Amino acid sequence: MSDWTIAVLLAAVAVMAPVVVLTREPSRQALVLSAYGVLLGVLMVALDAPDVALSQIGVGVAVVPLVVVLAIAACNREVERHRRDRENRS
Amino acid sequence: MSRRPVRLLAALGLVLLAVSGWRAFTLLPGFGSVPHPYGARAVDATFQHATANAVMSVTLDQRAFDTLGEEIILLGSAIGTVLLLRRMRAEEEESGAQHTYGPEEVFESLRLTGYVLLPVTVLVGLYIVVHGHLSPGGGFQGGVVLATALHLSYLAGDYRTLERLRPLPAFDVAESLGAAAYLSVGLGGLVAGSALLQNVLPQGRLGDLLSAGTVPVLNVAIGVEVASAFVLILAKFLEQALLVREHDVPGDGGSGDGGEG
Repeated sequence: MSDWTIAVLLAAVAVMAPVVVLTREPSRQALVLSAYGVLLGVLMVALDAPDVALSQIGVGVAVVPLVVVLAIAACNREVERHRRDRENRS
Repeated sequence: MSRRPVRLLAALGLVLLAVSGWRAFTLLPGFGSVPHPYGARAVDATFQHATANAVMSVTLDQRAFDTLGEEIILLGSAIGTVLLLRRMRAEEEESGAQHTYGPEEVFESLRLTGYVLLPVTVLVGLYIVVHGHLSPGGGFQGGVVLATALHLSYLAGDYRTLERLRPLPAFDVAESLGAAAYLSVGLGGLVAGSALLQNVLPQGRLGDLLSAGTVPVLNVAIGVEVASAFVLILAKFLEQALLVREHDVPGDGGSGDGGEG
């Protein structure tokens, strides 16, 4: 692909990476990470690496944010339950 | 160490990194210029083995032993996840039927999209696995697509269907069989009098579906293994997030709703 396309995509990746880091809420950060994964996938296609792009989109966009969100949901549920147990007891 | 010396040390480290990184990057050959000697030889070997996808040839033909290691890693991580997230004595599991949402709770369009896309995505995943040696993709990518395709039924609001679609013991066995099949094909190379994982099957013609010798066979083995591993990992995480509850400890003073999350 043309050098300008690659340069623009690289700049977009450089801008979005701090955005992912600075999203503080963990479940929101997982979704922003998913979007960042799509951008990375597009960059990889622009760099003529479609196999890597497929892996990135499959794992980084679908599986990893799902696993993170599920883990957070499980933890939050336990925290909520213990907090409610303590309130009910007191 | 107090803060100020640590920050100075960090700044010094970053400056050294910047200087040496700049020097290293300016000494590299230009972007997209002269091909690397290893790359030239790899592409030559790809065409000698009648493989249309050079990446797949490097992964499954020239460096097949490294891919064997990666498969073992995925196998190990799936086994570890299943082991760590097994149901403990202090936990109980709800029924999956409680997390099945009907038409009044989920948008019709969402349910329809989920149900229609599921077979389409499974077909696309199978295509990516089988055509790994011809077009971009391969066993790993197709396996991930297959695994996530099954979970479209969960996104459509139907956890019960997802449970029926993925009997966990079957996927346990399938994962192990996939890994064993990969190694068996490799041992076939030894039996044929050559090296481990050597490409000993007939190569065929470039661009045919049955070309590149052992590469399509290894692709299918990896596809089965990766799909099963991801289904197992996602299944365990979904169970933890949705179904598993701790038993109420007696003497808790009675948390009113019986532990419902």
